[in-house]
Amino acid sequence: MSHDAPLIEVIKPGLATSVQDRGRQGHYHLGIPPSGALDQFALAAANLLVGNAEDAAVLECTLLGPTLRFERAALIAVTGATMVPKIDGQAQACNTALAVPAGATLSFDFVQAGARACLAIAGGIDVPEVLGSRSTYTLGAIGGLEGRRLQPGDRLRVGPPRRRVRAGLALAGELAAPCPKEQVLRVLPGLYDHRLAPESAASFYEDSWTVTSEADRIGYRYKKGRPLRFQPREQPFGAGADPSNIVDACYPIGSIQVPAGVEPIILHRDAVSGGGYAMIGTVISADLDKVGQMQPNQQARFERVSMEAALQARKDYRARLERLRAALG
Amino acid sequence: MSVRYTYGGDEFIFAEISESMSLAAFFKGMAITRALRERAVPGVSEICPANASYQIRYDPEQVAPEAMLAILRELEAAIDLDNLTLDTRIIEVPVLYNDPWTHETLMRFRERHQDPASTDLEYAARINGYAGIDEFIGAHSGAPWFVSMVGFVAGLPFMFQMVERERQLEVPKYLRPRTDTPKHTVGHGGCFACIYSVRGAGGYQMFGVTPAPIFEPAQRQAHLRDSMVFFRPGDIVKFKPITRAEYDTAVAEVEAGTFQLRIRPVSFSLSEFLAAPSQYNARLLETLHVA
Repeated sequence: MSHDAPLIEVIKPGLATSVQDRGRQGHYHLGIPPSGALDQFALAAANLLVGNAEDAAVLECTLLGPTLRFERAALIAVTGATMVPKIDGQAQACNTALAVPAGATLSFDFVQAGARACLAIAGGIDVPEVLGSRSTYTLGAIGGLEGRRLQPGDRLRVGPPRRRVRAGLALAGELAAPCPKEQVLRVLPGLYDHRLAPESAASFYEDSWTVTSEADRIGYRYKKGRPLRFQPREQPFGAGADPSNIVDACYPIGSIQVPAGVEPIILHRDAVSGGGYAMIGTVISADLDKVGQMQPNQQARFERVSMEAALQARKDYRARLERLRAALG
Repeated sequence: MSVRYTYGGDEFIFAEISESMSLAAFFKGMAITRALRERAVPGVSEICPANASYQIRYDPEQVAPEAMLAILRELEAAIDLDNLTLDTRIIEVPVLYNDPWTHETLMRFRERHQDPASTDLEYAARINGYAGIDEFIGAHSGAPWFVSMVGFVAGLPFMFQMVERERQLEVPKYLRPRTDTPKHTVGHGGCFACIYSVRGAGGYQMFGVTPAPIFEPAQRQAHLRDSMVFFRPGDIVKFKPITRAEYDTAVAEVEAGTFQLRIRPVSFSLSEFLAAPSQYNARLLETLHVA
């Protein structure tokens, strides 16, 4: 049996399904963002459930999952968003290692909670590494399958399984908690927040913000909070005319910009690497997974935190990863 | 010009050299980021120079935020701008100005433009005080440009012209961004030129196209063998107007994989440049034609 043989045929690609792993680093100064699964905890969980290395490549399935035909038997797991997998029409458990028989079709129910599920397959999705990662970056058309989302008729190969894991292994308790409908996203203020009028620097953190339909791997746009006012000034040479403009600069992953003060945008792992809009703070690293699990029309509040709190949240995130490893190791 | 440091969450530090764009601000950021790269601080994963600022990404568990800040401040203090040279390269980029493809695109999005009755070139020439588009193209292609930032999307260079402030070409972006821009469009917004590395949305005024690939994942061209992204911050670019026939020849060479970009190593001194920009540029451009 050759591992070169196609293993999975894409019958329907779903809404926005792409190959993702932990992402790439060291190329942001050339405009190439990290990419990688938006929910990195779900990535690790799905991979560990099927016996893969934590950072093996998975399929990230957005809102509406794909329909896939498995030419050979495989062990799979679905984590992150609650997107119930069905094997030949039979509903299965999320957060559980599942045996898919040769010839079976895997499909999904519409997502019940969260926005992005990680579908891991024992052995990992086998596409070439580009700049150290298999993650798809669609704007640059690199990584994944030909640098794009899945399409009908695509055939995916899977690598050799690393170790045998039994079907039925499952996550429990807080490790399998469903994504909430509303989120509190913790933000470290900074960057150009001094350009905001004082009432706007306050109202941003007081209001509830609704995810718009423009919410993807590049960024999440929010609406329905009060508009934000930037303090008027004589614009510096090279910055644009609007008070929300700056001389084009780099954008941190997780940074929040508010073009013309109207709709805040959180940049995520496929971020445009820079531009001319003032940023008013950055979602802390421990909360980035949560951003990518928000559906359009769901609500978020932003909570101002200190660097100390951000570092503690980072430790808490690591501790949860350790519990995941202990539970599945 | 003391640097303003600010945290971008728990993994980024953003350093604003200056609120306004200048060659000195860019050059200072280049010098600090180069020194940081040489120092190879464990935990630092991204070093991104930009126009008048720079940004780094680091692991706060390997190097604490205050310790990282202290390193950046130390590097800033050690920079002696008056005695700095930048070893870089100068590149001649052929451009077909006023080409049919950007013309077709700009006509499609005319209602999003400040002046729907003019083309982007006519508008830019007029508001910058030039008699016509030929004079404007002369200014655009006459003096060289620094690549002051690479980004937005993969491999897209922002460029700042190496002339006195009063000679800088300035144009606003489109009133509303276009949903389409041809690949390899030479664009302009604010005081910055750019080359669109991929087809897609954009708000910069469109002046022409280059046949030279600048982002090529397959790395077929000689100048892209080492990296799928051609431009680096600190590169010096000279635009060279070409005819339609020269453009077509270059495209055929690109398709055959025989296209050659003119690239020469060069050393740049900010203080010598600032003392006499035009004379300094003339000397720089001579190096392009050294065999």
